[in-house]
Amino acid sequence: MTRRSLVTALLVIGVLALFAAPLLLDGGGSEFTGSDSLATSTVEEDHPGYDAWFESVFAPSSAEVESGLFAVQAALGGGVLGYILGRFRGRRSAGKTPPAQPGADGQ
Amino acid sequence: MHIAEGFLPPAHAIGWTVAAAPFVVHGARAVVREVRENPESTLLLGAAGAFTFVLSAIKLPSITGSSSHPTGTGAGAILFRPPVMALLGTVVLLFQALLLAHGGLTTLGANAVAFAVVGPWVGYGAYRLTRALGGGLLPGVFAGTAVADLATYVTTSLQLALAFPDPTGGLAGAVVKFLGVFGVTQIPLAIGEGLLGVLLFRALTVNARPELERLGVLRPAAPAAEGPA
Repeated sequence: MTRRSLVTALLVIGVLALFAAPLLLDGGGSEFTGSDSLATSTVEEDHPGYDAWFESVFAPSSAEVESGLFAVQAALGGGVLGYILGRFRGRRSAGKTPPAQPGADGQ
Repeated sequence: MHIAEGFLPPAHAIGWTVAAAPFVVHGARAVVREVRENPESTLLLGAAGAFTFVLSAIKLPSITGSSSHPTGTGAGAILFRPPVMALLGTVVLLFQALLLAHGGLTTLGANAVAFAVVGPWVGYGAYRLTRALGGGLLPGVFAGTAVADLATYVTTSLQLALAFPDPTGGLAGAVVKFLGVFGVTQIPLAIGEGLLGVLLFRALTVNARPELERLGVLRPAAPAAEGPA
């Protein structure tokens, strides 16, 4: 394993650990409600007189539909990002641009 | 950071929309100029948009027992300067407001100011500061992407506090309360976003070196004429 791929692996593990830790340490006590909805309920509790004066033009009819649409958003973003990074990588290995030094980390 | 549809009083909704509009128009012109003058930037511009699209869709658990999502706006701000993200970020918010009932049309202006204007600019400032202090590209990217994420949520907290001062604690009390909802939750996410930004830029420095040199993010290996960023 080169130093470069070791650093990449450590970065990925770091990201995973950062988001696995709350789930593992929590022990099932929290619901992990979205902070956006917590803010909305804070407003509703402190200002019971406030009525939302506009409704969403379209709201997903169930939590499943909503999470599906979020997955579509992530898939579009991830797909396009992967396509573009793949094109850059393919261009480099096709040798059209001077190859960078392996192990160079852009400092 | 999405203020829900209808959850800002009309005066605030209009005020933030008016505040956001010039930034978004300026951002649209910046995108058009970039694509016209540097067609080879289009791919990288797409990558910046895709990065914020995917990151803002993923809700992640945090130490506070609630969850939130990163923003992904810092990376594009570092690559293309912040104005470009004013447009790209607003497109993401519009998608979520129309299809996901997340955020809203009446709160689009306020959310755009937080997500597409303040976040990218403050993140870009953190990136430039890190570089000016002698930090390398990757430390700068970590600082820029993480700070863009945090600054967005701090802005949302201030916007909500302005609209809904605490019945007892007033404006300051409301700031503390909304920062309590958004701030601490966002810290691990901001660190995670910083690490993801570093991963992205590690891939780009190897595979998209000519683009990064032209944008002035990387110093050219050999002296070369540098176009306007």
